Amino acid sequence: MTTLSTVRGRAGSPAARRRRRTGGLLGLAAWLCGIAFFLPVAWMVLTSFHSETDAATNPPSVGAGISLHGYREFFGATGSGVSPWPPLVNSLTASVVSTLLVLLLAVPAAYALAIKPVRKWSDVLFFFLSTKMLPLVAGLLPVYLVAQNTGMLDSIWLLVILYTSMNLPIAVWMMRSFLAEVPVEMLEAASIDGAGLATTLTRIVAPVAMPGIAATALISFIFSWNELLFARVLTGVVAGTAPVFLTGLVTSQGLFLAKVCAAATVISLPVLIAGFAAQDKLVQGLSLGAVK
Amino acid sequence: MPTRTTEPAPAAPAPVALRAGGTDARARRTERAKNWARRAPLLPALVFLVVVTQLPFLATVVLSFTRWNALAPDNRGFAALDNYRSVFTDPAMRASVGTTVLLTVTVVLVSLLLGLGLALLLDRGFRGRGIVRTLLITPFLVVPVASALLWKHALYNASYGLLNGSLTWIWRLFGSEHPPQPDWMTDSPLAAVEASLIWQWTPFMMLILLAGLQSRASDAVEAARMDGASAWDIFRYLTLPHLRRYLELAALLGTVYVVQNFDAVFTITSGGLGTANLPYTIYQTVYQSHDYGRASAQGVVVVLCSLLVATFALRTVSSLLREEVTS
Repeated sequence: MTTLSTVRGRAGSPAARRRRRTGGLLGLAAWLCGIAFFLPVAWMVLTSFHSETDAATNPPSVGAGISLHGYREFFGATGSGVSPWPPLVNSLTASVVSTLLVLLLAVPAAYALAIKPVRKWSDVLFFFLSTKMLPLVAGLLPVYLVAQNTGMLDSIWLLVILYTSMNLPIAVWMMRSFLAEVPVEMLEAASIDGAGLATTLTRIVAPVAMPGIAATALISFIFSWNELLFARVLTGVVAGTAPVFLTGLVTSQGLFLAKVCAAATVISLPVLIAGFAAQDKLVQGLSLGAVK
Repeated sequence: MPTRTTEPAPAAPAPVALRAGGTDARARRTERAKNWARRAPLLPALVFLVVVTQLPFLATVVLSFTRWNALAPDNRGFAALDNYRSVFTDPAMRASVGTTVLLTVTVVLVSLLLGLGLALLLDRGFRGRGIVRTLLITPFLVVPVASALLWKHALYNASYGLLNGSLTWIWRLFGSEHPPQPDWMTDSPLAAVEASLIWQWTPFMMLILLAGLQSRASDAVEAARMDGASAWDIFRYLTLPHLRRYLELAALLGTVYVVQNFDAVFTITSGGLGTANLPYTIYQTVYQSHDYGRASAQGVVVVLCSLLVATFALRTVSSLLREEVTS
């Protein structure tokens, strides 16, 4: 990229100048697109800081005064609402525990597929991906019935298990491609030097795999935190997650736009922070290691 | 690309050893033990996935042949193909198949094209590129229910949503007190759902394609430019072929997730006005009709359709894998 632009900068021909001008216009276009895509989110955050009357006006009141009313309502400080803390804690539990389980299961599996390919390794990989092709909703009813009969309905641990199975296939795929980057010569050298499995894993595989593990964990966390359908069907009063709580805000007590925007902002915040902090890893992870 | 994946795993004992009697029984045993050791790390994940995803599906198949409505618990029994008959003759079910296809194809195609355009814009160097990328990926990071609520109430709402509010504001600039105030969600419900999903999935497509663009060797492009190739030629003959794998991957992953979309349909229109897709229809059959038999049959039909698409899609990905193997 940098070499390209220096080459362009040095050339003073009219063609180069024209290219530079269109380059400037294209940069402007990119900025406009970025702002356009960000606008709804900015509007959500702005509305969350308005009072209910300022939030619901036409035309929109951009410059209205800041009010924390929406956030106070959301956190139940005014005593009118239900506390959002249990759902937030539920979401955190389900996402973190299932992400840990995903890593626990996916890393060894990916290691087996990448470092020491088993026979028919691509068939095994296909099997993993094909489970992702089965719409989750097709297995929903039996899960619901089993949960109902075993008393696991409205338990966060049922969601933990389901979220683990939901994210495991993608995690195995991602981890395999990250682990495939460990140079095989290094592994051979290690084994010639007499390094055991533990040493090989901690000294050679782990440093290469760490960014991959982080990316896998991030994506697994995001998808679990976001999930709505299973949480809605399988939980109720006790184990409801943040997305379920969010849908409940609207249906049960009419609409309070500022409060809903405050809730949406708070609930999106963990994913936003994690996503912004790890953009590059997110890119790598999402392209499933097709990026080399 | 790793070349070791091309080596066939040394699983089968060499034929010489087979013929040689005596010591080779032991050799074969250790060989087998080694194979198991190699497979062992794979097993927990495999067993877990089979138990949690495949067994419920088998149960769904069994239930689909059962007459079972939770509202009439005494009338339970073997239904043969009745549930399937009602699935295929039910106009609502057929409509939801059409809706699912239309919704998925529209959202995936449009967000893929927009994502491609944005990725090409972002691939160039300009001031503030990092900030623009951050702005662009934000929609993908907002919790889907939150973004559905945001579109429904803060943007689409006919009396105080941002869209109509902006129309009012613009019309006032020109001194008019009668701006058009369309009711977006009732006038074009499916488009309303699609727009919110396109907004949400375009960043995802862009991220994958941007990664693809940045993995492209820049010297080929530079050489082509020196030879006087136009920007279009470079795009058509260098960039696009290179991006093919990334486009396929983005389309495949996008499809997997958009087909299963529940949040947007459930939140924005509650499946009304011809926006009920398959996941929403099944949810409704379970939750509102309590017809477990029919819901299961619907589930099986969805899986069969998905498998059709998946076989096709997996072949695409397998070409990705083959490339990796041969390169």
